[in-house]
Amino acid sequence: MAYEIVLPHVGESVTEAVISKWLKSTGDSIEKYEPLVEVITDKVNMDVPAPESGVLGEILVNEGDTVAMGAVIARMETGGAGPAGSDSKPSSSRIGTLVQGANVGPTGGEFTDTSLSTAPAPASEDAAPISESGSRNYSPVVTRLAAKHGIDLSTVTGTGLGGRVTKKDVLTALESGGSAQPTTSSEEDQVIEPTPIRKMIAEHMVRSVSEIPHAWSAIEVDVTGLVQWRDKNRSEFEASNGVKLTYFPIMLQVVANSLRQNPKLNSSWQEGKIVVKGQINVGVAVASAAGLVVPVVNNADKADLSGISRTFTDLVTKARDNKLDVSDVQGGTFTLNNTGALGSVWGGAIINHPQAAILTTESIVKRPVIISDPTGDSIAVRSMMNMCLSFDHRIIDGAEASEFLQSVKSGIESITADSELK
Amino acid sequence: MPELSVIEAVRETMRSEMRRDSSIILMGEDVGHRGGVFLASDGFVEEFGEDRVIDTPLAESSICGVALGAAVNGMRPIAEIQFADFVWPAINQLVGEAARVRYGTNGVKTAPMTVRVPYGGGVRGGLYHSQSIEVLFAHTPGLSVVAPATPYDAKGLLTTALRSNDPVIVLEHKRTYRLAKGEVPEEEYSIPIGQAEVKREGSDISLVTYGLMLHYSLQAAEMAAGQGIDVEVVDLRTLRPIDAKTIISSVSKTGKALIVQEDTPATSVSSEVAAIIGENCFFDLDGPITRLGPPEIPPMPFSPVQEAAFMPSPEKILDAIARLAAI
Repeated sequence: MAYEIVLPHVGESVTEAVISKWLKSTGDSIEKYEPLVEVITDKVNMDVPAPESGVLGEILVNEGDTVAMGAVIARMETGGAGPAGSDSKPSSSRIGTLVQGANVGPTGGEFTDTSLSTAPAPASEDAAPISESGSRNYSPVVTRLAAKHGIDLSTVTGTGLGGRVTKKDVLTALESGGSAQPTTSSEEDQVIEPTPIRKMIAEHMVRSVSEIPHAWSAIEVDVTGLVQWRDKNRSEFEASNGVKLTYFPIMLQVVANSLRQNPKLNSSWQEGKIVVKGQINVGVAVASAAGLVVPVVNNADKADLSGISRTFTDLVTKARDNKLDVSDVQGGTFTLNNTGALGSVWGGAIINHPQAAILTTESIVKRPVIISDPTGDSIAVRSMMNMCLSFDHRIIDGAEASEFLQSVKSGIESITADSELK
Repeated sequence: MPELSVIEAVRETMRSEMRRDSSIILMGEDVGHRGGVFLASDGFVEEFGEDRVIDTPLAESSICGVALGAAVNGMRPIAEIQFADFVWPAINQLVGEAARVRYGTNGVKTAPMTVRVPYGGGVRGGLYHSQSIEVLFAHTPGLSVVAPATPYDAKGLLTTALRSNDPVIVLEHKRTYRLAKGEVPEEEYSIPIGQAEVKREGSDISLVTYGLMLHYSLQAAEMAAGQGIDVEVVDLRTLRPIDAKTIISSVSKTGKALIVQEDTPATSVSSEVAAIIGENCFFDLDGPITRLGPPEIPPMPFSPVQEAAFMPSPEKILDAIARLAAI
């Protein structure tokens, strides 16, 4: 039978395409799904496959011509009686498939034109007769709600006439978390009810992203001196203070000092005003089993290294044991996030609302670095670390952000094995 | 606030408007010395005189034709059709002429006339005193058609009709005249033409109706509540122009629509309401748009048994509600 090949719709904003190259000529026999023609759109370039097996007839559009989506571009003769049967099977690559007379409906369903069919459509496995079960009769609102919320209607228990799934059934299923009868198959999507802390984090993140215009900047820091200093002082420090000596408290101290020099980083946009905070209270992002928590090291610019270390170790322990109380997490004015502990080398963190900025310390990695000195350039193995800053662009511009990052960088890079850190 | 029946509300509204505006006259069969067959103008001829309260011959074409002539020439006549069943001789004056005055004269002339039409059955009126005639007028551009079902709405809509500069058909259901009572403020107020009202809020089914069927539907809705079905009752109040917005808003909320009317359903107000719902609420529907009306037979039967079989009743409405709720 005669078959019209139309240019398939590939996306709602794409209205036309250019016929780039016909891969078959009139009279060629073609197999279903065999590439037939190359087309170019402003979004994608693609091969349009043959919609059916048969013989290519008249080619209606020349190479180089622009055609509207949905236009007939060629005709073909198929051996079969019509497009029913196998065409009614959903195609996994529908975007490139031509179904005779078909459009893709608003919910992605296919409407197959069977008016050309001369023989009854052969029974197909996945086209069970609707009369078999009343639950297959979905009303418009049920179909719409299911599509909107991604509900698999076959999992919803119908309470209507003949087991029909009613609007109420869908709403009930929705309230109970997706589907009324969750299946146990591991291939099914799983719906998890967020824990209260997860919900709070979610709300907090949405609030931050929707209220604060984020901007980002990153800097590379040579931490070789810091590494050497820690190696040298580690055993003595741990013996006299009883806590492990890690890099983080040192960086925290440096950051606190840089915040004192760049007070706008330690501020907050409140009701159209910039409130520069008097205290420097640095929140430290800690991953606990329950979720992300941010205990606060108060007056971080005033404490000495052993003090910060002890406070920090204490807070992390409390966070991991789920023993933080409200006072431990309140009053932060800036947040430091040691994503490097997780192996990360770059991050675009979300600011801890309503603060003005968040800084991440990334992984310390040894890298060959070109060192320039008066005798010339040389390559050395150095311990390098990235620091990434997300800042509220209402308060801070790139220049101020860079100034702060440079201050942190020079603070850390000034540390040598022989420094006397307090 | 006094409690009035519908007929009392109609009478008091006409009386106060005639006192307010001397261009208002009333004409019709037995409206004068008899005070109207339903006593809508009881005492009017004594107060306003025979020049303003005119007993006419049994000739509806002339009642409406004279009223139209008076209206075009600056008066505000009220034409009373004694029973809706008798309105047909006046159709040419109303549909063919009055409805077209503003358009036909390019707005130079208007026809500020009110035609009061007692209609409807369930009153043992038989073949000639029971008809629902609304659909012909509701189909006619240029006419407004209101069908108040409560005393409050009767006063508000009749006031609007009497102050309108274009012809308004006021359908008064005979059975509601003395059946429906309610509080009516003594002070003036008006209800805009084209505004339906949700008379009972509900979440499961939207029941759209008007006239006597409003009262039966409200009774049925109360009975349905006892079965756990929450019915929202929308009173159309105006049949032309129909308030699509209120209907759409209600049906979009409930997902199910039942339209109840006393008139035979084919090509009727319920057809129009169903079309509005079908066109606007498709993606919110959770059941077939359902209509309840009498069988398609020419007249309201005279036999009490057959009349009851013909008329929708609270029980029949409840049955339709229950079936639609179960779908």
